[in-house]
Amino acid sequence: MTLPAPLRGAFAGPVNIALSLAVLGALALVLPPLFGWAVAHAVWQGDMATCRAAAGACWAFLQAKARFILFAFYPADQIWRPALVVVALLALMVLSALPRLWGAVLLTVWPVVLMSSWGLMAGGGPLPRVSVNDWGGLPVTLLVWTTCMAFAMPAAVLLALARQSRMGGLRSLSVAYIEVMRATPMVAILYFAMLILPMALPGGVVLDKILRATIMTALFFTAYLAEVVRGGLQTIPAGQAEAASALGLGYWRTVQLIVLPQALNKVIPGLVNLAIGFLLATSLLAVIGVFDLLNAAKASTTDPLWMGFYDEAYVFAALIYFLLCFGGSRYSLWLERRLRRN
Amino acid sequence: MSNLNIFGKAGPALATAAAVAAATLPSLASAGPTLDRITERGVIKVGVGTTPGFFAPDSDGKWQGFFIDYGRALSIAVFGTPDKVEFTSSSPQQRLPALQAGEFDVLLSGVTVTVTRAFKLGFHFGPTVFYDGQAILARKDLGVATAAELDGATIGVQSGTTGELNIADFFRKTGKSFTPVTIEDTSEFLAALESNRVDAITQDSSDLVGKLQQLKDPSAYVLLPERLSKEPLAPAIAAGDDRWLEIINWTVYATIQAEEWGITQTNVDEFLTSEDPAIQRFLGVDPSLAQDIGLDPKWAYNIIKTVGNYGEIYERNLAPLGWERGYNQLWTKGGLLYAPPFR
Repeated sequence: MTLPAPLRGAFAGPVNIALSLAVLGALALVLPPLFGWAVAHAVWQGDMATCRAAAGACWAFLQAKARFILFAFYPADQIWRPALVVVALLALMVLSALPRLWGAVLLTVWPVVLMSSWGLMAGGGPLPRVSVNDWGGLPVTLLVWTTCMAFAMPAAVLLALARQSRMGGLRSLSVAYIEVMRATPMVAILYFAMLILPMALPGGVVLDKILRATIMTALFFTAYLAEVVRGGLQTIPAGQAEAASALGLGYWRTVQLIVLPQALNKVIPGLVNLAIGFLLATSLLAVIGVFDLLNAAKASTTDPLWMGFYDEAYVFAALIYFLLCFGGSRYSLWLERRLRRN
Repeated sequence: MSNLNIFGKAGPALATAAAVAAATLPSLASAGPTLDRITERGVIKVGVGTTPGFFAPDSDGKWQGFFIDYGRALSIAVFGTPDKVEFTSSSPQQRLPALQAGEFDVLLSGVTVTVTRAFKLGFHFGPTVFYDGQAILARKDLGVATAAELDGATIGVQSGTTGELNIADFFRKTGKSFTPVTIEDTSEFLAALESNRVDAITQDSSDLVGKLQQLKDPSAYVLLPERLSKEPLAPAIAAGDDRWLEIINWTVYATIQAEEWGITQTNVDEFLTSEDPAIQRFLGVDPSLAQDIGLDPKWAYNIIKTVGNYGEIYERNLAPLGWERGYNQLWTKGGLLYAPPFR
């Protein structure tokens, strides 16, 4: 008897057989109760009482709460706005993932999409204004994440270049910035945004909490991205820059035409990896009371009419995070293969 | 005598009257920094938390709860409508610093009044709106009726709270032994209790009442009568705005006084024809009191009409979760709620 290719490896040799059996055993232990909870005994329709009486998951809870988890306090009659923002930002992700579009197109699309997303959320003109206090859920998670990336990426390139610079003052400043940021926990950065930044702003300037958190988070991400970019810069032999300057190219032309295209290409998987980590890190916004996706899921369990369905709420949030991150990691693998081919 | 005295003989008397007026008027008319900020902004910023019954978003994304109703009542007192208020949830660690930083105008997040907070941190507190205290929720099959009978029990406590210290103090007093198990997350308390990992859990009674509802078989557990600590929950504001504090004080008192008089959301209109001068002043039928204190004559009427009296706010938000009135009962009925006279 011959097994299909993927299984042949799993049963090759005693160690593999033992490991495979152990995994199968674990699955046999976990899957039936999971199926019972998620499907067989689950409640699909009803209220809290129906769910309490049942042994399984309460999917009726999600039916009632999905809107709150996804969009939090955003006014019900304006829900199309955050929904559109989510679609636009996901589309922006997909477009940015296509190497064919890398270049001037994306450089114009990004600011346009981001600014219209913030504008659409806030309202104004014919759209009723919605206080930032009422924003929440998935659009906030995505908006903060993409905005931070949009600021952090160019800033990281400049910072990485500064760290390699021959100008001592610039180099020390860059090193100091990167090291201070990387030595500070993100929660401390968020508390700074919440409590200290307002006092540091000039009188009369009031920045909203989400905006302040976005600014500080972008500064934080910059330091991490800069180190990855620096890794790429270091792989470019000094001879290339010397050859460019022998041809009469100035510093910025050399960086733009010769150094950066090669350096960034080399570190794309690392950058994607970091970007996925940042997406998950945005859930820390909860500590300053921002209702991001995870915090909204948590808050949805406190409604006296639907109290305490933690598992269902967290499963829902986890599923969304998983889809986003899994998509990102598959993309990263695909990109790596493609870059290796070229 | 200088001919500049245009008041003639009445001059000194008028000047005295003006001085008296100047000395008393500012305290009536001018607002402090917080109230100025509120009126300029057109909205009251309120810091809350997320606890079932106290403050929780409903399925439509609207805040509901006991403290939320007090936020709406404040909005009525200042602006005449319940919706000029913005609720923001913040974590317990961050609430008081955020209040100090001016992020909130008032915290209605269930802050316990303590002497340190009043003196060292410089916060001012309104009247206690909810008398809470640490309690113990135990399995019935332990066969104990009071916490003092607990001996050798394993008790789940929330890590990093005063609850850990309180329970240790309590058992030192009773001279019996117990094993603490620290638990991080609130949802884990239920799992620990239901899996028999602990015999009992201890938290503020308000938390435990909510937890009891979420247990699969609530009848198998009992909330023991002792309160291990005093947790008076009150509105908190930053120091420096007396008038704002008074508005908070009397908004709370209005709901308590209304309950004492039996004025409810439904029958408040009948009381408009009341012969009782105190009720006439309270509801603004006789506007003299409101004029004296510089509020809309109808402020108390609007509060009762919109959110109801204390008992109604309690019944609407907390009773469905199984909360007893306990200490949170009128003084006339053996509780601690007492409003000073409206005169």
